[in-house]
Amino acid sequence: MTALAATTGFTNAPLWFATRSTALIAFVLLTLATVLGIAATQRALASPAWPRFASQHLHRNLSLLAVGFMLAHVFTTLLDSFVQVSWWSLVVPGASSYKTFWVALGTLAFDIIVVITVTSLLRGRMSARSWRAVHLAAYGLWPLALVHFLQTGTDAAHGRWGLWLGLGSLAVVAAAAVGRLLTANPARPLRSVARSSR
Amino acid sequence: MRVRVNPIACVAHGVCAELLPEWVELDEWGYPVLDGEPLPAQLVTHARRAAAACPARAVVLSED
Ligand code: HEM
Ligand code: SF4
Repeated sequence: MTALAATTGFTNAPLWFATRSTALIAFVLLTLATVLGIAATQRALASPAWPRFASQHLHRNLSLLAVGFMLAHVFTTLLDSFVQVSWWSLVVPGASSYKTFWVALGTLAFDIIVVITVTSLLRGRMSARSWRAVHLAAYGLWPLALVHFLQTGTDAAHGRWGLWLGLGSLAVVAAAAVGRLLTANPARPLRSVARSSR
Repeated sequence: MRVRVNPIACVAHGVCAELLPEWVELDEWGYPVLDGEPLPAQLVTHARRAAAACPARAVVLSED
């Protein structure tokens, strides 16, 4: 790391590497969390060996881990002096002079993840309907994070494997989302059957 | 404590029956069947967990 820092002239190389690596981990965790959130809605995927609450709790825990790495990512970005990003561009989209648009997408994703996390932790005090309305913003969050990663991330914008990671994740999330759409609320139509035959 | 299910909100996820199998049975369409009897004390914690985990928040606990 120090050798690279010397040859490339990065003064704050450790922070720069920390920003990149925490971003990568956050992205992978967010992908897994999103796919598991989708999987948890599928009754057909549940079995005695892997009940639904297992997907649900894993979904919750991976989401919280993703939030942790995302926090580490944004704070190391702020501390790092290689890209000048002001502290308010953390929450205000478009406030960064460095890659304004692509950083703004990341900022937006960060805002959404904070709102989703806070409402989920307060889920017991909200109506199911409003919690869910907020939670569905996750379907906007993930693509924002993906595009931000592909366009801002050194490993994706300038390196092959980051790109492949992004595209591979896209395939997985898209497949899960399509599966979710095809089986949207399988219990709903059943309910009328259940009610009328009682 | 008694456990009830709001039948309008319930979407037959079955999480309640996974977490509280001693008390919740599912009918053949996956909807919980409850008799409304007072819950034994040793199941109270499990009932709270089931209520918190229900994706539709349809599990209703009452303190009586
Ligand atoms: C990084 C933040 C999060 C993301 C991106 C996320 C994403 C998702 C997605 C995509 C779904 C599927 C929604 C649907 O199509 O109906 C979902 C469901 C769900 N999420 Fe999250 N989520 C996050 C955080 C959390 C947290 C912190 C909790 C904590 C309680 C939580 C609890 C749930 C529950 C209970 C469901 C419903 C699962 C089911 O129907 O059985 N989520 N989430
Ligand atoms: S977990 Fe909630 S939605 Fe699912 S069957 Fe039980 S009460 Fe109904």
